[in-house]
Amino acid sequence: MDPVFLLEQSLNGLQFGLMLFLLTAGLTLVFGVMDMINLAHGSLYMVGAFVAAWLQQLTGSFVLAVGGSVLITAAFGMLLEMGLLRTLYARDHLSQVLATFALILILNDGVKLVFGTDLPLSAPEALSGPVQIAPGLPYPSYRLLILGVGVALAVVLYLLVARTRLGALVRAGASNRPMAEAMGVNIRGLFTLVFGIGAGLCAVAGALLGPLLAVQVGMGEHILILAFVVIVIGGIGSIRGALVGALLVGFVDTLGRTLLQQALREVLPPQWASAAGPALASVMVYVLMAGVLAFKPQGLFPARG
Amino acid sequence: MPVSLPSRSPFLPLAAVAAACLALAGAVAQAADKVKVGFVSTLSGPSSALGVDIRDGFQLAVKLNGGKLGGLAAEVLVNDDQFKPDVGKQLFERLVKRDKVDFMTGVVFSNIMLAALPEALDSGTIYISPNAAPSSIAGKDCNPLFFAVSWPNDAYHEAAGAFANQRELKSAFLLAPNYQAGKDSLSGFKRTFKGKVIGETYTKLGQLDYAAELAEIRAAKPQALYIFLPGGMGINFIKQFVGAGLGKDIQLVLPGFSADQDVINPVGAAMSGLFNTAHWSPDFANPANQRFVAEFQKEYKRMPTLYASQGYDAAQLIAAAVRDVKGNLADKPAVLKALKAAKFDSVRGPFKFNSNQYPIQNYYVRTVGGDGKGGLVNKSFSEPILKNHGDAYVGDCKMK
Repeated sequence: MDPVFLLEQSLNGLQFGLMLFLLTAGLTLVFGVMDMINLAHGSLYMVGAFVAAWLQQLTGSFVLAVGGSVLITAAFGMLLEMGLLRTLYARDHLSQVLATFALILILNDGVKLVFGTDLPLSAPEALSGPVQIAPGLPYPSYRLLILGVGVALAVVLYLLVARTRLGALVRAGASNRPMAEAMGVNIRGLFTLVFGIGAGLCAVAGALLGPLLAVQVGMGEHILILAFVVIVIGGIGSIRGALVGALLVGFVDTLGRTLLQQALREVLPPQWASAAGPALASVMVYVLMAGVLAFKPQGLFPARG
Repeated sequence: MPVSLPSRSPFLPLAAVAAACLALAGAVAQAADKVKVGFVSTLSGPSSALGVDIRDGFQLAVKLNGGKLGGLAAEVLVNDDQFKPDVGKQLFERLVKRDKVDFMTGVVFSNIMLAALPEALDSGTIYISPNAAPSSIAGKDCNPLFFAVSWPNDAYHEAAGAFANQRELKSAFLLAPNYQAGKDSLSGFKRTFKGKVIGETYTKLGQLDYAAELAEIRAAKPQALYIFLPGGMGINFIKQFVGAGLGKDIQLVLPGFSADQDVINPVGAAMSGLFNTAHWSPDFANPANQRFVAEFQKEYKRMPTLYASQGYDAAQLIAAAVRDVKGNLADKPAVLKALKAAKFDSVRGPFKFNSNQYPIQNYYVRTVGGDGKGGLVNKSFSEPILKNHGDAYVGDCKMK
């Protein structure tokens, strides 16, 4: 196997995994601590991307667009939590799913009303080309930027959760909410803040992926299913689980799309391989999830011991 | 009144019937007072740009004719299928049965058209296709009421294969979504391409990130890369292909609709210099096209796309048929004959119908370059890559 090819695919898998991690970090905490299924989490990713595209049109600066989008989306997320989602915490899962699914539809149409069905968002000119990172491997410089931001945020988030007082409170809430409340922790206020941070991370992912993909209405639903797969694999409520799960999904999906199909071509007759390859590649992530659940029904790193 | 005949004459009732028949025939032979066109297309949602352009091209032709088609006042009933086959089918039924339109047209996507088409054809209504032209209707399912004024689904891909041969590209990598149209398009390319296909990858329909496929393409080192990725998929792929620096070593060849104005604008400078194949280009020098491009820009303040040209030609085809039957739309065989003769100046240049009522026409290679005003636009090579080209399925059609 060509080492350059493997290196490039590893970088691709890592980049995809890190973006998935940014999307799931907030979702897993809300799910784990408040026992709240928020289907509208993907819509925050869409809102973040649209706000970034809008700010880029206004200011002409990509950095300002990403920064502004994170702040605005985080504020929007907190308002949403205080105004609506908070009232759903005590309800059963069916009500939560129905209400947040309605929220997806409302936000899709709301974004369409405000911004239109799609907006252009472009990477800075300096990052539009590739850089040579190894002999024979020019890699898109913009994807390297995404990688760098993803790694940095993962480290910051880890330190925040593992080393700060805020993180200790979050972990306490995640492992046993009634006990944490009995000890005098203001879980509600804490989780408005957590929700805001989660929304801000969604905006980072939306704004960074916007130039590579497309900023359009409905982009959130696409990624939401994968985000839930990541949470289930990693263990509900665990940041560490979200990171491991996201990287696993990122690698399995990227390598499944290429290496698996190549391997199939070697062992199967061509017409079988061309029929089975793409079909199998698209379900690899779910096979992984089923495999993990078979051995660890609580996920890899469950928050509740 | 035949009063001169004796009242008991056995001829009286007969004569009355004959007179009535003559009177009726006289009414039928007269021209209709207007021509009704049912127009159904995708006019909302992320895929609406294509349908909007077809509609605008069609309406432009009507407007330039003073609101008429072939001398009759034109009533165009525009409807949105919302990119849903079931909605398209209902709209067809309503337009054909309630509004009793003379012609149906407009649909962009073949899956919607195939669902809705029986509503028109089964009740004897003519369908003029301004875009979708699937191979099934070119072959065994061909129908005397169906006319494709666009291009057969495979044609751009066959032209791309021929272009790769002309450039002496020896190896090609092919990429398409994993569904029927994706597989058909790649087999179209392979039908004409004489080099070696060293890789063929099918992705999920609607995939947005192509990093893994780009790594595979880099490792395969093909000379040519051909993609069939309609709409947003193509926009993302081209941006990422250029960002990955693959454009220096690999010749990317595109079907015309992946390098049209609606793709050029969002992708931007990365499109510059790319080759694509199509049956029409905004720079064609024939007078019909020059008028169309100028009037379209004046009316809508943007460059027309392939789809706009197809909508315009669909209206022109209807106008020519109405003119040639002198407005007598009730004489269906004459209308069909006039449609098949297609006596109008198409913006694409030479154009005629094959026996399956799919076009025989030229296909050109276009390249994206500056328009002199800071924008990008397609320019065509003067020599067609495929000349008087039909389709591979006409042999399966029983119509003569």
